[in-house]
Amino acid sequence: MGLPLGAALAACGTSGPGSTSTSGGGGGGATASYWYLSTEPQEGVRRRTMERFNQANPNGKIVGTTFQNDAFKTKIKTAIGAGEAPTIIWGWGGGGLRSYVQAGQVEDLTSWFDENAAVKDKLFPSSFGAATVDGKIYAIPCETMQPIVLYYDKRAFEKIGAEPPQSWGDIMDLVPKFNAKGIAPFSLGGQSRWTNMMWLEFLFDRMGGPEVFQAVFDAEKDAWSNPVAIDALTKMQDLIKADGFIKGFSSITADSNADQALLYTGKAAMMVHGGWTYGSMKQDGGDFVSSGNLGYMNFPPIDGGKGDPGNTVGNPGQYMSISAKATAEQKEIAKKFFSTEVVSDKSAEEWVGTGAVPVIKGSEKFFTGSEDADFLNFVVGIANNAKVFQQSWDQALSPTAAEVLLDNIAKLFQLSIGPQEFATNMNAVIGK
Amino acid sequence: MSTIVTVPPRGRPPAATRVRGSGSLVWLAVPALLVFLAFGVIPLLGVLALSFTTWDGLSQDISFSGLASWSAVLSDPGLPHALWVTFLIMALSWLVQTPASILIGVFLAGHQRYRTLIAVLYFIPLLLSSAAIAITYKALLDPNFGLGAGLGLDFLAQDWLGEGPLAVGVVIFVVSWQFIPFHSLLYQGGVRQIPRSMYEAAELDGAGRVRKFFSITLPQLKYTIITSSTLMVVGSLTLFDLIFVLTAGGPGDATRVLALDMYKRGYQANLMGPASAIAVILVLVGLALALVLRRLGGRDASASQLEGA
Repeated sequence: MGLPLGAALAACGTSGPGSTSTSGGGGGGATASYWYLSTEPQEGVRRRTMERFNQANPNGKIVGTTFQNDAFKTKIKTAIGAGEAPTIIWGWGGGGLRSYVQAGQVEDLTSWFDENAAVKDKLFPSSFGAATVDGKIYAIPCETMQPIVLYYDKRAFEKIGAEPPQSWGDIMDLVPKFNAKGIAPFSLGGQSRWTNMMWLEFLFDRMGGPEVFQAVFDAEKDAWSNPVAIDALTKMQDLIKADGFIKGFSSITADSNADQALLYTGKAAMMVHGGWTYGSMKQDGGDFVSSGNLGYMNFPPIDGGKGDPGNTVGNPGQYMSISAKATAEQKEIAKKFFSTEVVSDKSAEEWVGTGAVPVIKGSEKFFTGSEDADFLNFVVGIANNAKVFQQSWDQALSPTAAEVLLDNIAKLFQLSIGPQEFATNMNAVIGK
Repeated sequence: MSTIVTVPPRGRPPAATRVRGSGSLVWLAVPALLVFLAFGVIPLLGVLALSFTTWDGLSQDISFSGLASWSAVLSDPGLPHALWVTFLIMALSWLVQTPASILIGVFLAGHQRYRTLIAVLYFIPLLLSSAAIAITYKALLDPNFGLGAGLGLDFLAQDWLGEGPLAVGVVIFVVSWQFIPFHSLLYQGGVRQIPRSMYEAAELDGAGRVRKFFSITLPQLKYTIITSSTLMVVGSLTLFDLIFVLTAGGPGDATRVLALDMYKRGYQANLMGPASAIAVILVLVGLALALVLRRLGGRDASASQLEGA
């Protein structure tokens, strides 16, 4: 924190570009600050991307600071509110970005993208949705796309002699079969709440298509009372009541990766989770992934549902914005970073190395030879076939509405409220 | 505490010392007063002011919105629930901690062999941070990978943090585990201040161990009990870190205490106005409870418990 603030103050004092008063050791010049998440293997990619930029630009370096996921979410908000945001604001786009935009804290990048069409062309167009607020682009999509997929343990399916589910009916049929063998049908890190939410995202989409949540997003009155929504919520509770989830799911956190451990240790047969868990299960799960026991598929269709079964939900990308409070020099450094290393082939290659698909076009050439090629092609297939890549609800909505949503989802999964009460509670915060 | 450890001087001090003393005493209080003002009173006034505004914690514009935040908070069914959970945890953890602390404190105040060693071991929980304790218990109580599953003990393999009443019980247990050593320390000090002559007199009258405990030890510990209870009650009002890591307020909202409610509204839902209103409620409830406890101690705070000793 001290360094960028110092740089900002020094720049104010001397006025005008070319200020060398902050020169530390070698080249000198202003520095831009950048906060990012600390989980490996992603942290290493972020750090090396930054280091390559710093080597190429000794006169305008970036200084990075790492944070844990949940700590970051709070810290970045507090820092932005206090006017001490880092130059580069990393995030998930959507509702969080919208709240920064409304507070006038991030730079409008629309004209920059117009001038640098080449940069824009390098990125998947679908990733720009969550970077756009009221028709203007406030962030550059970066890193990887992370659809939510249905993982399963092939060993568990062999034990009960069944095939992976092709429909919601199959899922409900599989539940008693797995329970009879002492295997939990689904693993779930329910205490994290957004983990439960992924289920609802799929149920809403498969049953009613993207329109159902879009109505909520567009702040239509009583959008949660849509009969399709009520039906989806009821189906959700039916699965919970049928012991579809591992015992004690509401005290399991996703941050500790215990939900993934349940899958690779054979205690649970299936798991609906983000694409990023492939990499961590490969790292932590012994030979579970390398020996081919991990299966994956898109969430199956629901009998009688209107939604396109090709659609997916999750994070279309991660996002970097520029703080409106940064100095002109810092903004220039950040923009240079965006147009060079952030979208470079080298960083695309490194992201592929983590077992994920970058938002940079043409990354497929790095898949060949990768031991994760099957999974990577599967993810690209989902992304290419999906007519709608629904952004995670809690990221799409405003922080205020998202908190109420997560709170009510936790209660819904605890069976302490029913679908109607859920809808009533959620209707009260529509548009907030 | 001070009323126990010091015997109040009888009668008035000589006039000369009083006059000489008062000037320097006021001067000495200035640094403490300034710190209290800067880090206690001024932030408190800031929170009070914020509770009448609308602010998302991000933008520069904090707009005055009258009683909007207050009516939002007071009409929210979450508030009575959070208050109920807070008071439930407060009352039950007091009920668990106080008898246990008194008994352990009395035991540790003795002078038998090995007690110092036991005492040192016993105070270890005091040295650990709440977050570390919470993470450890979370791992131990995990229904699939925890102690119960590991040892094959079915009664330990409950869904400890996944069912409302059990989760409240676990929070109370862990809070007690963490803080009983501290309160035992208070009681140990209190017991050691009781003059031996009182026990000797009781023994001459033929009182047994139990009688001595109830007739001498317990009454003599009155002020220690009040001090310790005040710390427990006010402490459990602001209990946050442990619950945040252990259950995050869940399952559902079963362990969502007031302090957690405030944090979630302020920093997760970006509603600084309502969060500040809850902060003000917390301060008021804390002050009221501290006052009630002081009253329980009797109006005449200077009365000595050592009369006749």
